[in-house]
Amino acid sequence: MSEFKVNKTIEEINEKIKNREAVIVNAEEMIDIVNKKGIIEAAKSVDVVTTGTFGIMCSSGALINFGHTKPKIKAAKVWLNDVEAYGAVAAVDAYIGASAVKRNDPLNAVHPGRFEYGGGHVIEDLISGKKIHLVAQGYGTDCYPSKEIEMDITVNDLKEATLLNPRNAYQNYSVAINTTDKTIYTYMGVLKPHMANATYSSAGQLSPLMNDPFYLTVGIGSRIFLAGGEGYVIYHGTQHNPNEERNKRGVPKTGAGALAVIGDMKQMSEKYIKGASILGYGVSLSVGIGVPIPILNEEMAFFTSVKDEEIDAYIFDYGYDYPRKIDNNYGLTNYKQLREGFITVGAKKIPTTPLSSYFMAVKIAEELKKRISEGKFYLTKPSASLPLSKDYKPMKYPKNYL
Amino acid sequence: MISKKIILRFPKENSNKPFTSTLSRQYNLTFNIMSAEIFPRQEGRLIIELSGDDRDFEQGIDYLKENGVSIQFIEESITIDYNKCYHCGFCLPVCPTNALLIEDRNTMKVELHKEECIACGYCVKVCPVKAIELSEFA
Ligand code: SF4
Ligand code: SF4
Repeated sequence: MSEFKVNKTIEEINEKIKNREAVIVNAEEMIDIVNKKGIIEAAKSVDVVTTGTFGIMCSSGALINFGHTKPKIKAAKVWLNDVEAYGAVAAVDAYIGASAVKRNDPLNAVHPGRFEYGGGHVIEDLISGKKIHLVAQGYGTDCYPSKEIEMDITVNDLKEATLLNPRNAYQNYSVAINTTDKTIYTYMGVLKPHMANATYSSAGQLSPLMNDPFYLTVGIGSRIFLAGGEGYVIYHGTQHNPNEERNKRGVPKTGAGALAVIGDMKQMSEKYIKGASILGYGVSLSVGIGVPIPILNEEMAFFTSVKDEEIDAYIFDYGYDYPRKIDNNYGLTNYKQLREGFITVGAKKIPTTPLSSYFMAVKIAEELKKRISEGKFYLTKPSASLPLSKDYKPMKYPKNYL
Repeated sequence: MISKKIILRFPKENSNKPFTSTLSRQYNLTFNIMSAEIFPRQEGRLIIELSGDDRDFEQGIDYLKENGVSIQFIEESITIDYNKCYHCGFCLPVCPTNALLIEDRNTMKVELHKEECIACGYCVKVCPVKAIELSEFA
């Protein structure tokens, strides 16, 4: 006997998608539907809720295989447009990290450094079909005699070009302020002294794991929208921590779950992935991700109806505490306040600005919705779960609201 | 009535001439200096907001040009490339005048109000995808 009143399977939903009968809405639209119909009726009528996020995700990179040259080389060191990729994978495999910087980059010698070009940009350039200059060095072996090769390549010349990101789509994230008396340049953007501004980095109610806070449908093998192509969740993201403090809605109050994802770069579009130069910090990559959440029961209808004011986030000081790893916070706020533009810390009203693009998150959720509606994208059933939270019991969280 | 933010550049020889007082006395223009880099016998750069009647404004601008001052309207020199901009918001905290801002909190679209820009250039450095350009003319 199921704990739920509505019970659907992925197979049934896929069948509906095939017959163009599936009802697909984005996570913003789901809020209203549940509000009007309640979770049971909403679960009966909606089959899939699409989510989206498009922000800087440092833990990203690309695995490339450039094919054998004549004579062959066992590449030990590889550079792409003068940005070093990790070459000690196999003879002609290399992994370029999003945050790798260009050879001879002045870094922060003149602070704040500009970090004009790096791994994130190489990845974007590959995806947009641009020519990339590849240099590889080896030490020469009987089977791989060549010691250095140089060539121009595009993504289409590569045997494989795979985006392989160890940690993306963080479930929630910190809100950053700076209590010191100097401006600081961080991966959370420019933070002015004396708490003059605050930044945040999540699409809130649209963000994938905010809509499946206990990873009940998103798991290993989930098919996702990755930078314009089809990708997959392959594992939990590094630092995935399902046991963070959660609110009454079951949503963690700071970075908790995360996804490791993979996808074919040849399918991707530069519209949904961008190399990023972060002033004073370094190079990174902005990645557009959309995750479809199947509405298998009324509990998933409940979870996907979460709204910005029901998602809390802790405020942290990036000027003093964060670099010293001091465990301290400046209270909680929520995404409604963050999005409206002000939070209060003590008696101080602080203007807030985003770092993750809500505008593009909506576009991604819409694009995914369109692809599913047109029968171009089907859901998959995960082959294994991500590490789960001890906090979860069926219907425990919706009960607070019934 | 017209009001515009302008970058003025003075040649070395003229950097000591009292251009601004002439603008106000002869052309009835009011101005608000937003940034000034003027040193004796060096090329000077002044960012002002100039306001007055349309005719006076035109004549004042002509007067400056005749005296070898090069003029650049900030509105015409700042551009945001919406093919690159993805509305992340990194540029927002550094803009001193809120020329860059999110007006619509539903869409969270980042917009540029060129008439508010004072050509400080901070956003150009901060934008992670180099979507903003501020043309520095010769
Ligand atoms: S920082 Fe650049 S990409 Fe981001 S909103 Fe501003 S102009 Fe657009
Ligand atoms: S240059 Fe950029 S940061 Fe400076 S005022 Fe203009 S828009 Fe704002």
